[in-house]
This record gives sequence, structure tokens and C-alpha cells, in this order.
Amino acid sequence: MNATAKAREAGTAAVPVPREGGHDTAAKAGGEPVVALRDATVRVGGRVLWSGVDLRIGAGEFTAVLGPNGVGKSTLLNVLLGARPVAAGEVRVLGTRPGQANDRIGYLPQRRSFDAATRIRGIDVVRMGLDGDRWGVPLPFPVARRRAERERVAEVVELVGASAYAHRPIGQCSGGEQQRLLIAQALVRRPELLLLDEPLDSLDLPNQGAVAALIGRICHQEGVSVVMVAHDVNPILHHLDRVVYLAGGGAAAGTPGEVVTSETLTRLYGTAVEVLRTSDGRLVVVGQSEAPAVHTDRHAAPGGGRAAG
Amino acid sequence: MLPADANSPVWSWNLVADFQQMWSFPFMVNAFRAGAVVAVVSAVVGWFVVLRRQTFAAHTVSAVAFPGAAGAVLLGVSAVYGYFTLCVAAALVIAALGRRGGGAEESALTGTVQAFLLAAGFLFMALYKGLLEGPQTILFGTFLGITASQVTVLAVVGAVVLAVLALVGRPLLFASVDPRVAAGRGVPVRALSVLFLVLLGAATAEAGQITGALLVFALMVIPAATAQAVTARPAASLALAVLLAFAATWLGLIAAYYSPYPLGFFVTSFAFAGYVLTRVVRALHAARGRVGAPLSAKEVAA
Repeated sequence: MNATAKAREAGTAAVPVPREGGHDTAAKAGGEPVVALRDATVRVGGRVLWSGVDLRIGAGEFTAVLGPNGVGKSTLLNVLLGARPVAAGEVRVLGTRPGQANDRIGYLPQRRSFDAATRIRGIDVVRMGLDGDRWGVPLPFPVARRRAERERVAEVVELVGASAYAHRPIGQCSGGEQQRLLIAQALVRRPELLLLDEPLDSLDLPNQGAVAALIGRICHQEGVSVVMVAHDVNPILHHLDRVVYLAGGGAAAGTPGEVVTSETLTRLYGTAVEVLRTSDGRLVVVGQSEAPAVHTDRHAAPGGGRAAG
Repeated sequence: MLPADANSPVWSWNLVADFQQMWSFPFMVNAFRAGAVVAVVSAVVGWFVVLRRQTFAAHTVSAVAFPGAAGAVLLGVSAVYGYFTLCVAAALVIAALGRRGGGAEESALTGTVQAFLLAAGFLFMALYKGLLEGPQTILFGTFLGITASQVTVLAVVGAVVLAVLALVGRPLLFASVDPRVAAGRGVPVRALSVLFLVLLGAATAEAGQITGALLVFALMVIPAATAQAVTARPAASLALAVLLAFAATWLGLIAAYYSPYPLGFFVTSFAFAGYVLTRVVRALHAARGRVGAPLSAKEVAA
């Protein structure tokens, strides 16, 4: 077990844990990976979505799952949660079978928002992440425990920088504010692994950057491993340790510099793909001019306008 | 027997004397007891109805109370059993339809069945030809002739409903606000939804006996909607909803006792007045709030 996990177990999540160097710390240190896929295949409705996927994610790493729409990025998260079985291969999550360790996983499903009529405070939504699945009414007498729970909620709300609006009805918070509160909800039980499904979707650019920085900070300071589905790598590029690119029924995994390259993506897609680097370091993936339609829609291998915007 | 005739009682502003006078009639004591039970149960269930946006389901269940009561009267059994049987049955049917997961089709189907059942209730009334004042009592409520055994049935069913809600309350709240994450955390979202519909059926059957089938929303939706407009704190708004429903019921009973007009009207009007007042106050507050934003959130967060 590495230092970051130990620190978290001791309940000192608020204390920043220094990282032990560059990328792939845990994987190289030989610690047990948080997520390990070996030759995994997923079939949906008789169709093979992806196959032969090998992946190792070490503790405290920030991993992005990239790829065009419908390629099975969210399905990968469902596999890690044990909600969908693999047709072949082996999957280990937090040292056990998927679904066995879900209480140590924080999960943020694809973009959901609360409409303006929802009369529940943000802090109540965060609190539900802590004890919402417990039966019975909260009893008034174990005071110490209730105080500890309240402090934990306040702490995690502070961590995501939502203290100013956590007591407002969540329906009246902006999209970015709601997303921070939902991240706090996913974090409140001190998970070791955070699974995020397009948390930046439908946020404006400044909020994308801010929420991406927040997730990066949670990952690297709190030592929480993050697996995040994204359709645009650029807002998170600087925070990433590892990229899984799903396309063409297969996957490529490695550091962003290894994976998001013309050679790798051309091999994955089976068609000529070029990765361009803008002057400020952002990546733009461009298909051939006669590329299939799937590469040009909004979510696709971030073609042209979307990624550059 | 309506108190407004001959020597009708007069409100004296001496509360003790007034209540002593009202409670000298056993049927009024029963009415106040039944009113208290029904107010608490329907406010708590209604709070979840408003949060879950299931008012259409609640409306259907309450409409079905009419043929239930009318059919029971026709069969010669107490209307109480008719209310409970058909309301819970309707709730189960809605739950079964919901399992198929239809959107527009489902609500159209529910509306279709609802219309037929109302018509059936009308037929039962016509067939009965008895000394009932016609469908009016079942549709708009009464406080006359509530028996002690009826109060007992209401109290027992109400206690069961509240006990079950206390047990499942937190996961139900989670599943209502955030079903996908709740499901991810192992909350049985689907089972809770069915269970809640059954509780809704039972609570509707209770409320229908005081406010009538058509005015169930007076106790089921209005207090909860008012309370949720006042505060977004779950515990506080739940308590406020109970208080409002209780106040509307007892004030309605008092007003109906001292006037010739029906109970359902008064209960609904008092609840509605509270709702309108809340909206007005909130609108004024929002208009003023644009000048200086409230900053009360900080202290609790710290």
C-alpha cells in the first residue's frame, strides 16, 4: 500500500499528500493497481463494443478515457462498477472483483442537473452521498457521530470551493456550481477511486478549466485515483497522468504524449488521423477530409472546431 | 343536523368555551381526532409527492377514491374499506404501468382508466338511490358521522404509513432527488418507488375521508408545496408541512362547525391562503433581495 492510501485511511484527507514524483508512480513502484483490465472484452446486444483492452491504473493517478461517441467509454465505467460484466478477460478493481468494492468508489454519472424547482439545498445533496442509503431516521443521541458527519460534509464542501452556495437550493445554483457540489457528493465518503462520466460536459469554458483543475487537485493532493470520461482532452491535459483512448473496437493506454499522437490514433481508427499541437500546447485531432461521419460529430475524436474552441 | 339551522352555535372568541362547546358533541371530537391523524399522514406523504413530482399519480389515486367509496356503500360495507381498497389498488396499477417505463402513453392510459372509474362511481351512486346526500359527500368531504371505529382505522393505518416512511425515509429522499447515484449506492430505487405508491394510496384514502376525493390535494399537496417554498431544509419543511396541514384541518373544522358551508371548502381555502401568502412574501423578499443578497449561509458552513 502506498503512502497516499495510508494517509487517507488515517483520516487526514485534508492534509495535502505530496506526490512521489512524476507519472505512473504506483504502477512503477509495483503497488497493486487500483484498476487492472487484462484482455477485457465487452459485448452489448451481441455486438463487441471493445476487445483486448489492457489497462493498469495506479493509485493516485488521473486517467482520462477518450474516444468518439458510442465507443463504450461510459460502458467502461459500468464495467468498473460491476454493473456490466465483461464477456472475456479479467477485471480487478481495488484489488477485488468489480462491484465488490463499490463503497470505496465515488461515482458521478453523466451530466445530470437539478431544475430550478428542486427545493433541496446543495449541502443536503452532498449529505445524501454520506448517509443517504442508510435506513431509518437519524437518531438524535449519537451526537459525536452526527457532528463528525456534519464536519465531513462541511470539509468536503470547502474542498470543492462550494461553501458560498452550498446552503442555497441546488436548483438555483449554476451548472458549474452544481457540478462542484456533485463532485463533493461523490467525494464525501473518502473514496479511493473516483469515476466521473463527462463532468465537464455542457459547462462553459472558464468553468471547464476550473472544474478540471479541481479534479486534478483532488487527485494529486488527496491521493484519490480518478478515471474520467471526456470527449475533449484539452481542459484536463495538464492534469493527466494517463490516457485510455477507445476507438475502433480497441484501446490504447499510456501517457497523453504516448497516446494522443498521429501514429497511435491512426492505428486505432484504422484510418489516417493527424494530431496537431497548437501554439499553447492544446491538441487537435483531425481526421482525413473524407473521414467517416462518426469522426466529425460533436463528440467525435475532437475534430477541429470543438477541441480548438 | 347541520349546525347552521335553528339554534346554530355562535363563535364567542373565548377559545376554551368554544372548544368545550364543540367537543360536547362526540361526532365533533371524532372529527377533530380524524382530522389530526389525516393532516399529519397526508402532509408527510404529500411532502414526498411534491418532491418526487408525482402529483398526477396522486390525483389519479384520489379520483379512484370516489368509485371505491361509492361501490362500498352500494355493497353495504363501510366506505372506509372502499377508499383503502381502491386507492391502494390504483397505486399498484400505476406502479405496474410505470415498470414498463412509458412516458406520454402511460399518462394517457392512466387518464383513460381514471375517467372510466369516475363514471363507474357515478353509476354506483345512481344504483344506490339511498338516503346519502348523493355523490357530494364523497367528492367534497364531510365531518359529520365520523365514528370512533373509523378514527381507530385511520389512526392505525396512519401509524403504519408513518412507521414505514420513517424506516425508508432517507433512502427514499435520496432516490427521489438523485435516483442514478442512489441506485449506484445500492438503494433499491425501483422497489422504493412501488412502496411509496402504496403508501400514497393509503394516505390518499385517509385524506379522502375528510376532504373528499376531489379535494385531497388540499392536505396532500398544498401544505407540502407551501413548506417547500418557505425553506429548502428537508427536516424544517417536512415539519412545516405537517403544521400547515394540521392548522388548515382544524381551522376548517371550526369554520365548518360555525357556518353553514362545507368542510372541504374551508380546509382547502385555509391551505390555499397559506400558499398564496407564502408566494407573495417570497416575491416581495426576492424584489428586496436584489438590492442586498442574503449571506446567512456562511455561518453554518463555517
